[in-house]
Amino acid sequence: MMKQEVNTGMKIKTFGRHGKEGFKNLGRNGWMTFASISAVTVTLLLVGVCLALLLNLNAFGDQLESDVEISAFIDLTAKQDQQDELKSRIENISEVESVTYQSKEEGLDNLIENLGDDGEVFESLKDENPLSDAFLVKTKDPQDVTAVAEEIKQLENVQDVEFAEDTVNRLFKVLEIARNVGLALVVGLLFTAMFLISNTIKLTIVARSHEIEIMKLVGATNWFIRWPFLVEGILIGIFGSIIPIGILIYGYYYLIDLIANRFPTLFIDLLPVTPFVYQLSGLLIVLGVIIGVWGSLTSMRKFLKV
Amino acid sequence: MIEMKDVWKTYSNGIKAINGIDIKINKGEFVYIVGPSGAGKSTFMRMMYREEKATSGTIIINGKELGKLKNKHVPKLRREIGVVFQDFKLLPRLTVYENVAFALEVIEESKANTRKRVMETLSLVNLKNKARFLPDELSGGEQQRVSIARAIVNNPHILLTDEPTGNLDPETAWGIMDLLDQINNRGTTVIMATHNKDIVNTFRKRVIAIDGGLVTRDEARGEYGYEN
Repeated sequence: MMKQEVNTGMKIKTFGRHGKEGFKNLGRNGWMTFASISAVTVTLLLVGVCLALLLNLNAFGDQLESDVEISAFIDLTAKQDQQDELKSRIENISEVESVTYQSKEEGLDNLIENLGDDGEVFESLKDENPLSDAFLVKTKDPQDVTAVAEEIKQLENVQDVEFAEDTVNRLFKVLEIARNVGLALVVGLLFTAMFLISNTIKLTIVARSHEIEIMKLVGATNWFIRWPFLVEGILIGIFGSIIPIGILIYGYYYLIDLIANRFPTLFIDLLPVTPFVYQLSGLLIVLGVIIGVWGSLTSMRKFLKV
Repeated sequence: MIEMKDVWKTYSNGIKAINGIDIKINKGEFVYIVGPSGAGKSTFMRMMYREEKATSGTIIINGKELGKLKNKHVPKLRREIGVVFQDFKLLPRLTVYENVAFALEVIEESKANTRKRVMETLSLVNLKNKARFLPDELSGGEQQRVSIARAIVNNPHILLTDEPTGNLDPETAWGIMDLLDQINNRGTTVIMATHNKDIVNTFRKRVIAIDGGLVTRDEARGEYGYEN
């Protein structure tokens, strides 16, 4: 058991050698290396900005989602048992999470409270309350709000249905478009970066073909031959993630600062810097390494016949 | 020991290189492989270090059946076989010492051991005083001795040499033959594919003639048997 571990584990000296050879490989095709690193940089910068945007939009959406509810106003003529029936019917809609009763008095109180000082004018209405009793409905998934509202409208004893239709729909549309556009761009760039890396490494493999031939001849293991190229790819990925991470961290700090100082009234709560930017930075490095490994594996599969 | 039983090799382009070879080479033998160009000599050699796989038949090297050898075990086989080519295949940017040491480094030999083995081998091939030279600064014969040093630095059981004197003038070629003989005397099996009639006829050893992918002659202390 022990012996096997010794045999399969990479010796420190060997590890050092692969690292050194990997660095040497980078220098061998300087311009191609530069192009690959630039491609990774652009890709990760875009990924970073998209992710920062999307995650913030998502958080913003979540916050909004929890506020989205449907007010179903009950017909004035409805009797108690008809109200109970309506409540259970609403509860039976599968997308519905909760249903709460709100008397017209409570409704008016809420309204006055929400309007603040302006609400005082409604105080006089307390005797002649123009509102109806209502059920406040929350859906499990905010995206179902429109459909559920439509369904409730069809039910008996419902006078009217209200919800923040436009706001909700527009937000989800924007979120979806941003997500798709971002995703398409990122995927396209990922492939470009991978392709450039694999080409760079292909050039290195060709430049070192004599060495590789002799390594095979004298019995170097396949992984011994592969490692330097894998290291080359990983290094390109890591180097490509440095600038995006710098920009992201600096930019995010700047943005938070800007909002706090210049537009304190703006109703936007960005995700806090810690741990968000650092998690994102870690993710970018990991992504860089993945692109690098992917690129080198592609070129090894095609050009390194070991 | 090397044993081939009814070995055939057809390349994917349809060329039939080897058409049923049976042969046995014992440990410590010195064998010439002779035959016209395109007779299958190179394929025969390449199959022994598993650069090519036989299409059918059995090849056994040091008890390993190559047809059943997994790819990941090929490196181990190659550590038991040294290979030398007509064109030396030295790495031009590495010194003589580094070229020979390279063979040990890539199989993860320790530094101390590498140093010891390389110096021993360089003195065997009589190039100790040129250890720091680059290949370009050496004569053809010296370059070939570096490549032989690289092939034997790991103490392989078998040394395969494909036209090792092909690029050398006659006098230098004899120097190489002396060296191969010395290596053979230390117990290494030496197999040499060659077109050099003088060498085969003077330095008499077992001769295996291959023609049309078949063994046409196999004689202990044989002659070259072809006109150059």
